Amino acid sequence: MTVAHEEPNYMGVFWWLLVLTILEICVIYAPMAHLAIVLLLIVMALTKASLVAMYYMHLALEKRTLGIIALTPLVLCVFLIFALTPDLGAVVHQSPKAEAAAEGVHGEH
Amino acid sequence: MSQAAVLEHPGVEPAESPLTPESWGKLGMWIFLAGDAMSFGALLAGYGALRYSSGDWPTPSHVLGIQLTAFMTFLLICSSVTMVKGLSAIQHGDQAGLRRFVGLTILGGAAFLSMQAYEWTHLIEHGMRLSGNPFGASLFSTTFFCLTGFHGCHVFGGVVYLSCIFVQAFRGRYSATDNNPVEIAALYWHFVDLVWILVFTFVYLV
Repeated sequence: MTVAHEEPNYMGVFWWLLVLTILEICVIYAPMAHLAIVLLLIVMALTKASLVAMYYMHLALEKRTLGIIALTPLVLCVFLIFALTPDLGAVVHQSPKAEAAAEGVHGEH
Repeated sequence: MSQAAVLEHPGVEPAESPLTPESWGKLGMWIFLAGDAMSFGALLAGYGALRYSSGDWPTPSHVLGIQLTAFMTFLLICSSVTMVKGLSAIQHGDQAGLRRFVGLTILGGAAFLSMQAYEWTHLIEHGMRLSGNPFGASLFSTTFFCLTGFHGCHVFGGVVYLSCIFVQAFRGRYSATDNNPVEIAALYWHFVDLVWILVFTFVYLV
């Protein structure tokens, strides 16, 4: 049996998704600092994902505990990113120049 | 479970799902999607870590076709709308509406897969391989094929899943009071759309 609930404005959500997608494409060509572009893209992507989850997947109308289940992967993903961060700081960037230099060092032995 | 068995073992199994009163299947789908989201989350986090660690990662928008994938994104968003409209139709007892909108959703998914096949063919012709590419870091193409391929498999699974729903809809299986399988399939399809929104941003735009 299906529980009746008030229907969200599906077409309104669609137009928001479309506008945000167009904005995302415009942003990558905008004359801005790369970090600002990346942050804007992440915010817009998360907004779009939230719109789909809240209104198309009806999470806004479901019980809060179900929302917590749905949010768990995001929380774990943030933990994973923090766990990876110390390793990233220790990695030497392998540019072609650095690789050639490394080969030179190894060649001496 | 029979009435007698329930009385003998009180508290063994509640008759109704506590979080999704519509059905246990819906709760099952949400838990599956949470697990699947962790797989995609791990892939995306791994992608970010590998990209950050690499000094010669190509700019994706210079190598990959943004216009085509932007259109693919639009197509998937449209298919989410048709799916939700199909569910709305059957919740109002409109069986023809359900068939029409689910049919359109399947077409949207099939078109997405066709475009992805075209994109992959084009990139492979230009030297992109799982093991390397002529544009920079070899992991660029490895992660690209793994991420978009994993998502593509989900889209393919969704098209097959929705085709089964479509066949059942033709047989008149669903009604205004009995449409839970459609809602569960819709959840899966919207999840596939949601994941593509993130893949499109992180793999093609950032």
